[in-house]
Formats: sequence, structure tokens, C-alpha cells
Amino acid sequence: MNRLGILLFLALVPMLMGQARPRLVPAVDQEQIEIIYSFTGAELMVYGAILYPNGRVPDEPVDIVVVLKGPEQSILVREKQQRMGIWMNVAQARFRSAPAFYALASARPIDEIVDERTAAIYELGIDSLQLSPASANPPEEAQRFDEGLVDLRGRGGLYVEQLDAVEVTEGVLYNARIDIPARVPVGEYTAETFLIQNGRVLAGEVRDIRITKSGFERFVATAAAEHGFLYGLAAVLVSLLLGWLAGILFRRI
Amino acid sequence: MDIYLPIAEISVNALVIILLGGVVGILSGMFGVGGGFLTTPLLIFSGISPAVAVASATTQITGASVSGVAAHAQRKGVDFRMGGVLIAGGIVGTIAGGFLFLQLQQAGQVDVVVAILYIILLSGIGALMVRESWTVIQARRTGIPIKPPVRRHHPVVAALPLRWRFYGSGLYISPLAPFGVGFLVGTLTVMLGIGGGFVLVPAMIYLLGMSTRVVVGTSLFQILFVAAATTMVHALTTQAVDIVLAILLLLGSVTGAQIGARLSTRINAEWLRLFLAALCILVAVRMGLGLGWRPDEIYSIQIT
Repeated sequence: MNRLGILLFLALVPMLMGQARPRLVPAVDQEQIEIIYSFTGAELMVYGAILYPNGRVPDEPVDIVVVLKGPEQSILVREKQQRMGIWMNVAQARFRSAPAFYALASARPIDEIVDERTAAIYELGIDSLQLSPASANPPEEAQRFDEGLVDLRGRGGLYVEQLDAVEVTEGVLYNARIDIPARVPVGEYTAETFLIQNGRVLAGEVRDIRITKSGFERFVATAAAEHGFLYGLAAVLVSLLLGWLAGILFRRI
Repeated sequence: MDIYLPIAEISVNALVIILLGGVVGILSGMFGVGGGFLTTPLLIFSGISPAVAVASATTQITGASVSGVAAHAQRKGVDFRMGGVLIAGGIVGTIAGGFLFLQLQQAGQVDVVVAILYIILLSGIGALMVRESWTVIQARRTGIPIKPPVRRHHPVVAALPLRWRFYGSGLYISPLAPFGVGFLVGTLTVMLGIGGGFVLVPAMIYLLGMSTRVVVGTSLFQILFVAAATTMVHALTTQAVDIVLAILLLLGSVTGAQIGARLSTRINAEWLRLFLAALCILVAVRMGLGLGWRPDEIYSIQIT
């Protein structure tokens, strides 16, 4: 709601000043990404047009930044330390909500586009992510866990900043491509598009995207989650059948 | 050929998994072990989460042991009474193991405990196999036949009260002994995703003193039921059984097991056994070093 408030405010400010601001008209090439048996990742395209007041394209260049952010999870992060020569989990921190996936697409590094404060307000860039710690760790320890989480997810391809992923044509049309890795969790995602000029966010729009399992994959996942007993029984029976069939087949040969 | 695993939630190359199952199957066919002790770590190496790897490996073990049990039962190689006692112990063990696993999960110590258990088991079994195959190879070279070991159960087993007759095994011992062995193996099955054959077989021979004629068949009989029970325990508690992964593994391992069984009658298995032992020790040493080295991932995430 907070972000919506900011956006609403942004939309209202120019009216109050009697001066129109540019608007974004974004679209995504797929609002629902389905994970099927052959899923090896996907590419999401976010494209659209920038509508300037009076249709005048400004002289100063504009930047388009697209953020794809995925289901908020409540997580527990554990930290290994060496004890008696063995590395084991010693410390832990809880985060009330952290996105499972965060991808930022831009034409150039985000720190060249906006300053730190703006980045923090709009959560632009991995370093500006607002992770909400839920346990009362001392500040420097909380900082360490923040960095650890970001680093781990970064190496897993789940927190990424993709450069050269946005193209703006004639200052009016844009398209951004975001690579979605195979190991993204299913859930509700948002694709936020920001129009930025001189380090100021001029406009922003949000589109919802849903990543789901479909067909057989969904059937299996729901069965495992909701009918554990029958699912387990089915797994046992299938394995017994396969083992028995193989035995019979090979006796013939 | 990439295929998406619905529970593990990642894509894997189906051929690699089938091949992995096949290699493990060949080994299991040749040596009468389930091969779970190789499958689980290899699945974890390929990026599948430990919980899914452990749970799905038990499903695969269930299927892999079926044809073996059928074959052994046909030639009266299963002591059903002994098997029953082992299974009873095993099922109590899986429940205890499941409880222990949950406690460790909450404390965040699963990976360390699993690694330490693997190190102890692999190095112990490896050393035992090296000694055994080396004796056989030496005996063949020098031409001095090995004295057949005197078959006797362990003094501790003899001291236990309440004796039953186990005709198939040719034993008159307390059922508490096989019950305890079954319990231990059941616990290991839940915790490590192994069938436990490589613990069970030596225990049956050296601890219980069972007749070798029924050892492999009875061990497979126990593994079949305990692995099936473990699959149910995982399906109901961790919900980490990936049926697609289990089927892929099975396709490879049931074929591999048949090939392995045929190979074992044709080629000299002693050097292969030595090789397998070396492999066990190598994996144990690598895991041991891994505990002491600074790991790549200091942090780990658990979704709550």
C-alpha cells in the first residue's frame, strides 16, 4: 500500500502544479508463466510506450528500469561458524518478509541512474532491498545476515541485476527482457516499470504476473501437499510395480 | 533432455538421473547393497535439496529391492520370521528417526549430523570391505585357502534373554537382537536415505551369526518394507517425496540391477569390491575435509 501511496502522490503532484507529467503504458508478453515438465526457465518481456504531455519527447535522455519481484517469504537464515574444527550452523536470523525472486533490468548500472536515497525509496537494486528482519540481532550482525542472504540468493540467480536488458527506441517505445531461472518458486509476482530522468522517478506502473505449475506438475504438487497418505501409497505402489516389471522382463531375456 | 521435477522444483537432465540410477543399480546388483548411500549424496551434489533427495531415494530403494526379494524368496533365501522381527524393529526405528530428524531440522544441524554419520558409516564399511577383499585376493595369489570363519553370534547377543528359534537362519537367539539391529537400520533409513543393506548384511553375519544362505534375501526383505514405510513417513511429514525423480531413478536402477546381477556371475568381483571400498573411503575423506574447510555457502535459508 505504501508504494501505491507514493505512486498516487506522484500522479497527483503534477496536477497540483498544473503541469502534466509523462505516463507509462506497460504490457507484459505473458501474464501467467506456466511451469511444465520441460521448464528450463523463461524470458519475460515487459514492453510499452512512454506518453509525454503534448507528445513532446524531452531533449534529456530518459531511463526505463523494470523490477520483477516475486512472492514474499518468511525465512530463517542460518550462519555457519567453525566450532571444534567443524563448520556448523551457529547463529540465525529471521526475516518476516523477503522476496524469493528479485530481478532488476536496466540499460546501465542502477547507481548511475538514481542516487542512494531514491534507490532506497523505490527498492531499486539489490543493495536497496528492504528486507524486514524479525529477530532482534545487534545491528552489525543483522547487516551481516542481510549481506549473506543477498549473496546466497545472488549466486543462485534469484537476486539479479541485469544490465543491457532494456532498450528505449526514439525515447518513446521501450522493451525490457528479464531472464527467469528454472528454480524460481511459484507464486504471485509484480513487474514494476519506472521512468527515470535526471535521477528522479517521473512515473511508475505495476503489472501482476503469476508463475504457476500446470497440468501434471500441478496435480503432483497438490497431491503431495493435500493427500499425503494417498500420494505416499501411490509412490510405493508405482515403485513396486516398476521393480516387479523389470524383474519379469529380464527373466525373459 | 531436461525435465522439471514438481516437488524438488528444479529442472534436471533426465538422462543424467537415469544414468545415475543405472550405475548405482549395477553396483547394487553386483554386491547386494541398495546403493542409497551413493544415490543420496550424488543427488544433493546435483542441486536437489537434501530433504527431497533423502525422501525420493527411499522410494527408489523400495522399487529396487522388489525383484531381488522375489528372486531370493523363490529359492528359499528369505527367513521370514527373522525378517518380520527386523521389520518390526525397523518400523519403530523409522518413527524414532523421523522424530530425531525433525528435532535436528529445528536446531538447524541436519547437514552436519548427516555428514558425520555418512563419514563414520562409509569409512567403517570401506575398511571392512578392503580387509575382506584383500584377504581373498591374497589367498588366491598364495594358493593358501582361507579358513572359513567360525559362524557364531556375538557374545552380547548370546547374553540377551528370551530365545526364539529362527529355522531359516539356523539360530536360537533372543529376538531383541534382530529387533535392535532393525531399529538402528530404520533410523538410518529415515535420516540418510539409505536402504541400510551395507549395515544390515555385516550386522547379520558378524553380530547375529546368520547363515549366509539367507542373509542377502532377508536383508532385502527388511529393506523393502522399511523403505516403503519410510516413503510413507516422508510423504506424511516432510512432503518431500518427488515421484518423478523416483521413477527416473528407478528406470535406471532396476535395469542396472539386472545387468549387475548377471555381471557378478561372470567377472572377478574382488577387485571391483576393492574399488568400491576405495570409493567409499574417498567419499568419506572428502566429506570429512568438507566439514573442516570453510564452506562456499556460509549461509543457508529455511522457509518458515
